[in-house]
Amino acid sequence: MDLALVWFLIIAFFWLGYLFLEGFDFGVGMLLPVLGRDEKERRVMVNTIGPVWDGNEVWLIVAVGATFAAFPGWYATLLSSAYLPLLAVLVGLIGRGVAFEYRGKVDSVRWRRNWDRVIVVGSWLPALGVGLLLSWNVLGLPIDAAGNRVGSAFASIQWETLLGALAIVGFSLVHGAVFVALKTEGDIRSRARRLALRIGPVALLPLLGLLLVVQMRTGSSWTWLVVGLVVIAAILALVFLSAGREGRAFALMAMVIVGSVVALFGALYPNVIPSTVDPAFSLTIEATASSPYTLKVMTWIAGFGAPAVLVYQGWTYWVFRKRIGTAHIPPVRVP
Amino acid sequence: MDVLDLARWQFGITTVYHFLMVPLTIGLAILVAGMQTAWVRTGDVKYLKMTKFWGKLMLVNFAMGVVTGIVQEFQFGMSWSAYSRFVGDAFGAPLAMEGLLAFFVESTFLGLWIFGWDKLPKKVHLACAWAFSLATVASAYFILAANSWMQHPVGVEMVDGRPRLTSIWALLTNNTALAAIPHTIAGCFAVAGAFLVGVAVWHLTRRRSEETAVWRSSLKLGGVVGMVSFALLAVTGDIQGKLMFEQQPMKMAAAEALCHTEQPASFSIFAIGDVTRPDCENVKSITVPALLSFLAHNDFTSEVKGIEDLTKEYKAKYGEFYPVDPRLGELSGQPIDYVPNLPVTYWGFRFMIGFGALAALAAAAALWLTRKGRMPASPWFRRAALAGIATPFLANSFGWIFTEMGRQPFVVVPNPTGVDGVWMFTARGVSGLTVGEVLTSLIVLTLVYAALAVMEVFLLRRYARAGIAGVMPPDKPAAEKKSDDELAFAY
Ligand code: HDD
Ligand code: HEM
Ligand code: HEM
Repeated sequence: MDLALVWFLIIAFFWLGYLFLEGFDFGVGMLLPVLGRDEKERRVMVNTIGPVWDGNEVWLIVAVGATFAAFPGWYATLLSSAYLPLLAVLVGLIGRGVAFEYRGKVDSVRWRRNWDRVIVVGSWLPALGVGLLLSWNVLGLPIDAAGNRVGSAFASIQWETLLGALAIVGFSLVHGAVFVALKTEGDIRSRARRLALRIGPVALLPLLGLLLVVQMRTGSSWTWLVVGLVVIAAILALVFLSAGREGRAFALMAMVIVGSVVALFGALYPNVIPSTVDPAFSLTIEATASSPYTLKVMTWIAGFGAPAVLVYQGWTYWVFRKRIGTAHIPPVRVP
Repeated sequence: MDVLDLARWQFGITTVYHFLMVPLTIGLAILVAGMQTAWVRTGDVKYLKMTKFWGKLMLVNFAMGVVTGIVQEFQFGMSWSAYSRFVGDAFGAPLAMEGLLAFFVESTFLGLWIFGWDKLPKKVHLACAWAFSLATVASAYFILAANSWMQHPVGVEMVDGRPRLTSIWALLTNNTALAAIPHTIAGCFAVAGAFLVGVAVWHLTRRRSEETAVWRSSLKLGGVVGMVSFALLAVTGDIQGKLMFEQQPMKMAAAEALCHTEQPASFSIFAIGDVTRPDCENVKSITVPALLSFLAHNDFTSEVKGIEDLTKEYKAKYGEFYPVDPRLGELSGQPIDYVPNLPVTYWGFRFMIGFGALAALAAAAALWLTRKGRMPASPWFRRAALAGIATPFLANSFGWIFTEMGRQPFVVVPNPTGVDGVWMFTARGVSGLTVGEVLTSLIVLTLVYAALAVMEVFLLRRYARAGIAGVMPPDKPAAEKKSDDELAFAY
């Protein structure tokens, strides 16, 4: 297999890791005021992702950084064309990261309430933005032969891309609720489960819608199979959840996102960005790939680095595998 | 203002800001890992207290380093897409390596360190501190290798109008990078050293000073680190200077505002009057004869080229006019100005060295005045130590501003002994965006950053003042603390 294709798959893998991991981070943040009824419960929620959110975010940095190294043209065109949505993503991520670290550093109701708001906005905004970005990328950008955007900043927003934004938001909401159910104990756990069951059937619809749109446009028979699998996994996830099997439900949510990423990147192949101006302008894997030497170097690095990441991040999740409840939260004591 | 100016301002503001957090994180991370090692080896509670106190301040700062770094990672593609397309084959690799080999380690092991105090065996927990802090150095290494490639492109050949990587080893062992890395890391330690000294002196000069042993040790550590790092900065800076004469002669001439070629060339310490062109002629400056020749070539009699001669050379080699191209905006077809902004380079260079020297002086004075258990009562001592915290931050910022603005008008500087054609004008690197877009992001990011700066300084002050009591409950002896330990459940 040629290395350019390998790198297309590796980048899909980094996006998968990002959507799966940060998906539940986003969900936890978005649901903070819904599931966390009091300060203790909100602290329980934040602490379920406390040790890992930063590591999860690095998946995005690496997805983007690896695109830079392996497909400079893809990186340059996507990021410059989607300038303002990306700004929204960045502002959201900035606020969220700081809010996690700072919300508990002063013992004042107002202080915490304000940072909680930042967490909520900082989780919705990037989830929307990342969804927009990905669906935009898959459905095509208005680019000319040189890979530059034609038209104004918002020229290419269509209803399909808005669907894409909602798709990631909806997935994150359900995924986050399942994660809270999996990682907590007591009242909040059962509430999280009930919430996931209640919103699940609706919140996952935009994702399904996006997959269908993509399927209609570029699908083939095998991709129908993937869409089918996503639907089955989603239904089973909710079934297991209602039976109280949070672990299985969570694993099935993983299958949902695996299937979705496979469908989306499968639809993208052999392009990296289709052009909506003229298919001849589409950026392809071959045309944007770095030189074989660079790809070889990067393959060595990723071949060594990525498995190591899986091992030590996996270990972190193992170290912090215990459920958290309000009983574990010590009293606030800050200067 | 056009897109180019706005994009440059944005890059400048966001990177200088990022590099306010970075040195404190790197410097403190390693010192904290050292303190924790001392605690694990000796069992002395003093070191545990130091670990927790300075560790907490490091964490308050770290969050900001992370979130501002993400902006940097995206910015190359967002506002410098033509640049990214041109350099990606070579420049992208170290950036991706930074993510894969450094950021993952950094973020994961920091999470383990914060939350793992009561969950991990002591030594494993200590290993997490080292994994984290060494990863910050690794990240510095990769990003500086990337930056050095822009200053001095190596390991590439030109294929189809784009540089193509031929040797990753050459890129990672670029002599520019090997000089810049120790210089920058030493700059990080200078920041951490002054920080330790300032905060420790503040506590020691309080009316009812508590935990004096902790503050005395911190003061001594900070003072020594501050002085040693300045010595390293001077040595590595001298090496960088010599490389610069070979690789970017115009930057060095600009740093000296040296108009005419001189032999031997004198070093200007201080200029009176305006160093801006074309008034270059009228500058009176206090000079040390022949010193510049020595700095450039280790030889007091050698020739150093001035701006005028260099401009002629550059014009002959890289052209007199920008090409006619609508994407160049106002610059299209205009003459190329090869001289960087002289006041910025000239004063940037001097402020870097000057503020660094001030920081070292402050560290030495603090050590001397507090020797053998002394403590000066004068309020000026305290004020000076606190003001001293700012000096290495300023030196770092000026160092970067000098380095980056001194390479203008190039974004990738031509390597005089390297492959032909591997260079790029900054004006050609910018994305085809609308002014509205870049202006929006510039305003939004600046405002967000300003608000966050207020928060960070507020929290740093609060935790610095609270002292040990702010990070460890006073009632129980620290060694017996268990599950509700303060750094565990940091949220
Ligand atoms: C000499 C050191 C140095 C320099 C010049 C830069 N950085 Fe940086 N960066 C770090 C040293 C560092 C660090 C010490 O590793 C940080 C600071 C605090 C932290 O969390 O890691 C960091 C954080 C950080 C992060 C977040 C990592 C995470 O989530 O853990 C990103 C994406 C970047 N940086 C990217 C950049 C880019 C693209 C730069 C170039 C313009 C840049 N940094 C300049
Ligand atoms: C963290 C330390 C750094 C600081 C403080 C810094 C500072 C600056 C400043 C002040 C500018 C504006 C210069 C001008 O427009 O005249 C600039 C531009 C730029 N820098 Fe840096 N820089 C840093 C690190 C880096 C690194 C590590 C890279 C690459 C890996 C880099 C790449 C660039 C690019 C692409 C530009 C835009 C083009 C230009 O204006 O020249 N910088 N930087
Ligand atoms: C005797 C003192 C010093 C000398 C001779 C010196 C020399 C230099 C030189 C020549 C450069 C430019 C490298 C290039 O553009 O290729 C540089 C850059 C820089 N300096 Fe210094 N410096 C000194 C002190 C300091 C101090 C005290 C600090 C900070 C505390 C500092 C921080 C920096 C930084 C951050 C850069 C930009 C990054 C880099 O290129 O390494 N320097 N210095």
